[in-house]
Amino acid sequence: MEREEMRKLQGERLSAMVRRVWNTVPFYRRRLEELGIQPGDIRSIDDLSKLPFTTKQDLRDNYPFGLFTVPQEGIVRLHASSGTTGKPTVVGYTKQDIAMWSEVVARSLTMAGITASDIIQVAYGYGLFTGGLGLHYGAEAVGASVIPISGGNTKKQLQLMVDFGSTALACTPSYAAFLGEAIMEEKIAPGDIRLKAGIFGAEPWTEGMRSEVERLLGLKAFDIYGLSEVIGPGVSMECSCQSGMHIFEDHFIPEIVNPDTGEVLPYGELGELVFTPATKEAMPLIRYRTRDLTRLHAERCECGRTLVRMDKCVGRSDDMLIIRGVNVFPSQVESVLLEMSETRPHYLLTVDREHNLDTLEVQVEVEEAFFSDEVRELEGLRKKIQSAIASMLGLTAAVRLVEPGTIERSMGKARRVIDNRKS
Amino acid sequence: MIIRQLSVFLENRTGRLTELTGVLAEHDINISAFSIADSTDYGILRMIVGKPEIAERVLRERGFAVKVTDVICLIIPDKPGSLHHALEILSENGVPVDYMYAFASAEGRATVVIRTDEAQAAIRVLSQHRLELVRAGDIYQL
Ligand SMILES: [Zn+2]
Repeated sequence: MEREEMRKLQGERLSAMVRRVWNTVPFYRRRLEELGIQPGDIRSIDDLSKLPFTTKQDLRDNYPFGLFTVPQEGIVRLHASSGTTGKPTVVGYTKQDIAMWSEVVARSLTMAGITASDIIQVAYGYGLFTGGLGLHYGAEAVGASVIPISGGNTKKQLQLMVDFGSTALACTPSYAAFLGEAIMEEKIAPGDIRLKAGIFGAEPWTEGMRSEVERLLGLKAFDIYGLSEVIGPGVSMECSCQSGMHIFEDHFIPEIVNPDTGEVLPYGELGELVFTPATKEAMPLIRYRTRDLTRLHAERCECGRTLVRMDKCVGRSDDMLIIRGVNVFPSQVESVLLEMSETRPHYLLTVDREHNLDTLEVQVEVEEAFFSDEVRELEGLRKKIQSAIASMLGLTAAVRLVEPGTIERSMGKARRVIDNRKS
Repeated sequence: MIIRQLSVFLENRTGRLTELTGVLAEHDINISAFSIADSTDYGILRMIVGKPEIAERVLRERGFAVKVTDVICLIIPDKPGSLHHALEILSENGVPVDYMYAFASAEGRATVVIRTDEAQAAIRVLSQHRLELVRAGDIYQL
């Protein structure tokens, strides 16, 4: 679809959605009235920037069902994301929403080359988290055979992977790495693993981690992006060119804004990603602030698709640590470690405050392959990591080498940071 | 003449060394010789054990980072000048020594564990000078 055609479609869907929330969601009606906006003012996609933002706080303030446009009879599914602070964020879906979600996930899987002849092992958590069920319905829509194994139980994961001959794996990248290591430990022959595609998302990961997982599992790793407030996984997906994730912008209208001023930024500039899921029935949102920092690109992709692409998120403004006035993302430390390739991506940042000065300690597990039996060499490794982190972050961190397996592994999202300044 | 030495990465945490010796005891594995090289945060335990293959496997299973390195073990009289004599031979023949540790054994003799990148050369020059080297089969029973 050409850009102009897409913009026309987005404009139509946007104006219909604004009219709908005006009539059904008191919160939005009040907010639009405050700004003196009538639904008739929103006629094309150019009018999007006139509209107010919706934040996570707005979702909390309207907990649990305040932003729904339909009565409870119309809701067929509820998901919720765990609230690290206060109430969880609730999202509702109509039958049509589930169909639309399945369709975008199906498109995502198709981009990864998955067809009806594939066997897909869905090792995302099933439940309130959107990962498991999102991938499940999308994979069924493609016609693939789904193994709804959910997360955890590594032994069973490996057994079914071998016995059923799974050709695709969907889970978080850290769990994929964990499974890859388990395959090595169990000494499963590479020929017994038939995986060809991995659909990994729900947490930030680096290019280094991609090659690590691709090597361990012998597959091509695709990045899938999504957030429950917008729909779940399947908001955007990487194609085989692996040069950014194509946003299904016919449903989720993207913008990049300056996180401080809210000003819309042009394609190519780094800023906060904002989505307007215009076709969602149960809970459409107007200009939802994702807190994810990234860039958008509008040029046609080498794969031929014209859908706008987003880069891997540089970080979440929520995850961003400010240490001695410097902005630090855990993903930066991870990329340093992976570039050195001598250590596993298992690490933990501990931030503390001593005598009013922030301190950062990075624990890194010593990989057996590198482990030297000479203190001199280990100290050399430690100093090398330390100086690479210093040049990446612009601040000095204490680096401590720890035994393999001592940093807590998680089946879901990896815990990378302990910030003791908050306690 | 090449002896398999196990090196284990150990964090300086209370009980960690005891855990390791416990694992070996459980599997009835004797430690013939050991030394610890340490920094402030961690140490490297180097040891010669009976049944090194089994020791390597069971330690790995318990989550220890284990590395196997080749060393040579030299037997010298437990008296002044004998270590000096052996080291002189190595240095005169250009054999580098990365590290070494020694332990006295019965009958007035001492065993010296030597780690070098040129183990074959070390074995050759030491044998030429009629110094006694421990055979792999023997050391594990020391
Ligand atoms: Zn593409």
